[in-house]
Amino acid sequence: MKILDYMRDNFIFLDGGMGTLLQEAGLKPGELPERWNVTHPEEIIRIQKAYFDAGSNVVLANTFGANCLKFDDEELEKLINAAFANAVKAKEESNGKQEKFIALDIGPLGRLLKPYGDFEFEDAVAAYAKTVKIGAKAGADLVFIETMNDSYDTKAALLAVKENCDLPVFVSNAYGSDGKLMTGASPASMVAMLEGMHADAIGANCSLGPEQLIGVMEEYLEYASVPVLIKPNAGLPRDEGGKTVYDVYPPEFSDCIKLLLEKGVRIVGGCCGTTPDYIKAVVDKASKVTPVPVTDKNKSLVSSYTHAVEFGHSPILIGERINPTGKKRFQQALRDNDIDYILNEGLKQADAGVQVLDVNVGLPEINEPEMLESVAKELQAVTDLPLQLDTSDPVAMERGLRCYNGKAMVNSVNGKDEVMDAVFPLVAKYGGFVVCLTLDEGGIPETAEKRVEIAERIVKKAASYGIAKKDLIFDPLAMTISADTTAALATIQAVHDIRHGLGANTSLGVSNVSFGLPSRNIITSTFFALTLEQGLSAAIMNPYAMEMMNVYYAFRALHNMDANCTDYITYAQSLPAMAPAGANAGAGANNANTSGSNAKGSQMTSGGAGDASSGNVSALQNAIIRGLKEQAGNITKELLKEVKPLDIVQQEVIPALDIVGKNFEEKKVYLPQLLMAAEASKEAFEEIKKEMAKSADGAGPKRCSFVIATVHGDIHDIGKNIVKLILENYGFDVHDLGKDVPEQVVVDKVVELHAPIVGLSALMTTTVPAMEETIRLLREQAPWAKVTVGGAVMTQEYSDRIGADKYCRDAMETVRYAEEVEKSLKG
Amino acid sequence: MKEFFQALKDGQLSEKRALTPIHQEYDKPPVKRGEILRYAGYPAAALRAKGQGKDDESALEVPTDEELANRLEEVIKLTDGELTYRISYVCAKIDRDEEGFPILPFEQHSENLKMNLNNCRGVIIVAATIGAGIDRLIRRYERTQAATGLLLQGIGAERVESLVDMFNDEVNKTAADLGLKAHPRYSPGYGDLPITVQPHLLKLVDAEKRLGITLNASYLMSPSKSVTAIIGIE
Repeated sequence: MKILDYMRDNFIFLDGGMGTLLQEAGLKPGELPERWNVTHPEEIIRIQKAYFDAGSNVVLANTFGANCLKFDDEELEKLINAAFANAVKAKEESNGKQEKFIALDIGPLGRLLKPYGDFEFEDAVAAYAKTVKIGAKAGADLVFIETMNDSYDTKAALLAVKENCDLPVFVSNAYGSDGKLMTGASPASMVAMLEGMHADAIGANCSLGPEQLIGVMEEYLEYASVPVLIKPNAGLPRDEGGKTVYDVYPPEFSDCIKLLLEKGVRIVGGCCGTTPDYIKAVVDKASKVTPVPVTDKNKSLVSSYTHAVEFGHSPILIGERINPTGKKRFQQALRDNDIDYILNEGLKQADAGVQVLDVNVGLPEINEPEMLESVAKELQAVTDLPLQLDTSDPVAMERGLRCYNGKAMVNSVNGKDEVMDAVFPLVAKYGGFVVCLTLDEGGIPETAEKRVEIAERIVKKAASYGIAKKDLIFDPLAMTISADTTAALATIQAVHDIRHGLGANTSLGVSNVSFGLPSRNIITSTFFALTLEQGLSAAIMNPYAMEMMNVYYAFRALHNMDANCTDYITYAQSLPAMAPAGANAGAGANNANTSGSNAKGSQMTSGGAGDASSGNVSALQNAIIRGLKEQAGNITKELLKEVKPLDIVQQEVIPALDIVGKNFEEKKVYLPQLLMAAEASKEAFEEIKKEMAKSADGAGPKRCSFVIATVHGDIHDIGKNIVKLILENYGFDVHDLGKDVPEQVVVDKVVELHAPIVGLSALMTTTVPAMEETIRLLREQAPWAKVTVGGAVMTQEYSDRIGADKYCRDAMETVRYAEEVEKSLKG
Repeated sequence: MKEFFQALKDGQLSEKRALTPIHQEYDKPPVKRGEILRYAGYPAAALRAKGQGKDDESALEVPTDEELANRLEEVIKLTDGELTYRISYVCAKIDRDEEGFPILPFEQHSENLKMNLNNCRGVIIVAATIGAGIDRLIRRYERTQAATGLLLQGIGAERVESLVDMFNDEVNKTAADLGLKAHPRYSPGYGDLPITVQPHLLKLVDAEKRLGITLNASYLMSPSKSVTAIIGIE
């Protein structure tokens, strides 16, 4: 019998701990247990037979750590094959009458993936794939991915299984006492991602005892539509007379497991500290429990690497601002590969209260697949909001979905077969929550009825790809009423019919409705309210439009979606802070006075006073010197009404930076203050860039280019980022290649730009040779370029030895050197 | 730990002693603002005591720059609820080889460590981490708000050091109660003890499973605000 058939009507009993039993049998600390498959097969068989005898349906082959990072290919194959030979022997020798299966056991690689670690996602997929291929060939009945404490690593392993075999796969994560994975994922977010990728059973193991995992299990049971599993520890370990003992014994352990079976868990076993006695106790107690049927919870979920967002209850706001359409400044940022600008757009919308970020980076002259992957990754490194990948290019969509850590929204398909046939297979493979536009070859139907017909067709087509209706969200398309005053009525009707007739979620790009009309926000926000009343589940919108946010918070309060109106009250209280710039500037000026008098009283003052007589600095300069971001931005905005952008840079910003820079060099202010001033001037620059993007000449003239990188093998970029920020403030055209940059990549960029100056950073002595090699290649292929080096391990002596042109101790020294180089170019 | 110290004192440690990692969670240690700023490149000389300075001095140090003081408070608030304070440790007996190097559960040949562990019969090997939350925050802010990113780095360093200090105080006290002496803690990367011993230390305390600590190709730990240390017991 196949395991999937068997588990339909029965509990599945897994095995218990292996590590602790092997230690008792003599496995030494630090010794790799997988080697025992070959050196001590009799011990492995003995333990596994005991589990089968105790009633386990599934025994995990001893392959937890069998991966190509720990063993070479030849040994890996030998150890996995031996593991299965042992498990088969145990199965044959056992007199247990139950159905018996053997699983390929896959534990984490032990390397944290980027962006928090240094291991590439695709390298992890490839590593897991090797183990999967060997295990499938060795005769596994299923694959058991377990003890995963990171969602991205879990995705890599599951993807490797799906791409390399057809076996059933169970996925189990290790939760901390806070009910989350080490890297932050909640149970609901794991359910969303793993079900999207078609895991056959999901749940938790290790780290805690059964009692502490009850909360985690309840969350799984609430969201999961596949069988839920648990394989907990026997409580916590402690040392008793030199022996490791755990504090939960078989009677309590099995009582707690019984309780979980009654709640609906279907697959149970034990992890660290559990023995065949525990499994026997569990099997005995379970005989008195009837399995709770596994039902479809019908949840519409998307997720990030920390949490899930559910559609269908409280309306969901999807921020629309990461999109170049009609935004000159954003287009400029895309062309300049200015990722920071895009990230900032995401962070600002998160602060404004959206729950999902739409990501559209399509521009004719850029490589969209590459850009979408890069932006999706970078956004996921700075924000935990789920993303809506917005592209019409299926290649870009696949790149985005593959690298996405969680279950993404997919924007979009429509009623055209060719579009559905291109996108649905990707969703079936990677998971996703799909925006479906109710249009087809014939365009957008005028009536609600016809739009619903298209929606019904899409539901059928999706089902043929194994995608359920709960994973679709329909956009019945808002059209402007300035062209046809019946347009809004049709859309409102369609929202109602899809929600209440078809029983599916709906979403709208609401702002289209007011196109061509004055004071658009009035129409748009009212339309938003009307569609919400018809059951709209989500809106793609501008979160900076106060009218829209007013409607959102009021609607939730009025519809009993906001307990005690807490969110509304918090929102309402934040409103004065959103008043126009004048009020802020006033408050700022008051602050300045207070602080000024404080400064007089103290000898050790900060930048503001310093040497530059405070009487001579302007309001903007004062804001920059003291690191007041908001003020710097607001004052610049005001100044731009009268003063030319470049004059502000020359007469205000640069002199202020010089004062701060000088004070830093004279040790009157220190690094945190230098950076605060840099942040404030960046805010001023952002206003200036916005103004300049409006005119034809784009971002305006820049100083010479400066290529900067942390060298190969080194992942420290704090210092490099600081230098970059300060250089940008001084107007240099900085090209940041990031960290751990291969030598030739640096050289190629310098050649491409004919850059006159290169900055290399290294923090560890072990990576200085990589720096030396980079310099050597630069001398060969880009002899014109001056090389400056810095970083924690750098000294003048090191710098001389590896042939750098200049050693710079800090950011300001780098600025001075860059100025010098630039001057010599002109001279 | 106490039981181990007692056995150590009585000379009754068994040869085949299992190394059982014990893990513990701690409450938030008091925040040392002066230390945070020091890690962020702001020297002690520019600090002043807040109020009358009669209370716990270290907790009351604030920068003279008011804007920086405000920013520091904002940034400390950002970390609320984002940090966990967890450690895992093992107690082990040590012998000497013929050259007098301590025989630890992993191989090393460090003169400095040998000196540090002089006269010690036992060691405590500990790993501590404040979790991945701080790394998420640093990621979130370092590129868009550099000063906040820098201060977060400082907070992370101060927090994890304070955590190890807290554990170390416990070790010192438990040892002192039994008339034993705990030596100053020693970490890979100090002196001639290479960071390549890191995988062995982490394995001994089961750091990947218990604390979620992994190493990258350069032997650096993730979460980045993690510490391993060896404490000799004389």
